[in-house]
Amino acid sequence: MSAVVAITDTDRIRAVLANVPDPEIPAVSVLDLGIVREIGADAVTITPTYTGCPATLAIEQMIRAALDANGFGDVAIETTLSPPWSTDWISDAGREKLHAYGIAPPPKGAAASALKNAQAAECPRCGSSNTEEISRFGSTPCKALWRCKACAEPFDRFKCH
Amino acid sequence: MSPLATYALRLGDDSLILGQRLGEWCGHAPALEVDLSLANVALDQVGQATHFLGLAGALEGEGRDGDALAFRRDVMDFTNCLLVEQPNGDFAQTIARLFLFSHYQELLFMALMASKDAQLSAIAAKAVKETAYHVTLASDWVVRLGDGTEESRARMIAGLDWMWRFADELFAMDDVDATALEAGVGVDKAALRAAWDARIDAVLADATLERPASRRPVLGGRVGRHSEHLGHLLTEMQFLQRAYPGATW
Repeated sequence: MSAVVAITDTDRIRAVLANVPDPEIPAVSVLDLGIVREIGADAVTITPTYTGCPATLAIEQMIRAALDANGFGDVAIETTLSPPWSTDWISDAGREKLHAYGIAPPPKGAAASALKNAQAAECPRCGSSNTEEISRFGSTPCKALWRCKACAEPFDRFKCH
Repeated sequence: MSPLATYALRLGDDSLILGQRLGEWCGHAPALEVDLSLANVALDQVGQATHFLGLAGALEGEGRDGDALAFRRDVMDFTNCLLVEQPNGDFAQTIARLFLFSHYQELLFMALMASKDAQLSAIAAKAVKETAYHVTLASDWVVRLGDGTEESRARMIAGLDWMWRFADELFAMDDVDATALEAGVGVDKAALRAAWDARIDAVLADATLERPASRRPVLGGRVGRHSEHLGHLLTEMQFLQRAYPGATW
């Protein structure tokens, strides 16, 4: 006899959020990025990546639209700053998706390290670690611009933060 | 406004005005990477301003949100320090301003994380991680320009020399600061000076530069006595809300 596991509203909301992409990096969902802090039956709590990230408002609107479309119009969206978001909250699946999308993910656990930006990034195209930073600031607040010296391609690296 | 609301307002005004100034470089910086960097720092500052000004409006309790405070105040109502409103000048002058300010801002936020006000503490903890990047960017460029060519060195010296007179204001304490400090909400800014001096001196040594000569400090920004430059900055920043009050999109 198998146990019957009830699917709660929280599970349903989680499934909805798993399909809400980040507007700047659509390869990953808001869940993958770790910006959803809490899921309750009444409210979803999210946290911004960078204070000035222009996608913050778009993310909230996309989550709102997805909740509304799936019958969760009464579920509120709350925003919290504390504790501050860190790249350590990006899920393993999220890291793999970033890599497949061509963005070098931050090494796990590196955000808390004093040497967080010292490690060479691995080129998402050819896998070489013979890479260098071109600019610590890239096309969005969360990315730095790197170059692979093995395959000569530039690439984005998700900043450790 | 209460002292605590004013305290949050000052923090927000510093970030907002510096963000606007740095945004002026967008599309004009000497190299694409620099353009991206300055725009990114500007975004961070505007993001901080959104939080601080939002908090100031909530504490004031008169229905003004962050946008109302940013776009519907006149120049004498702004409480930013004079340093951040200084014109960009050349690239070296912009870097000199960011260098002096970002080291101050990082030390300030590190201390503000201990604030008894949960929101101020949360904003500081969030923003301090970004400020670390600003410090690195500005310090790296001070070294590159200062220890660079004759031309870059001369410009770096001139930029620092201009901005130096506005540094004392960063650490000045008045009644608002004292009230916030006593309440356990604010930071003892005067106590940050020694650490700031040490940081600035270390980078200047790397850059083979000397500290600019001491000058009579210029004060007044915190109580609305601004240079002419701020009014011009606001005409651009506030244009849309002045021409079309309440416009949204």
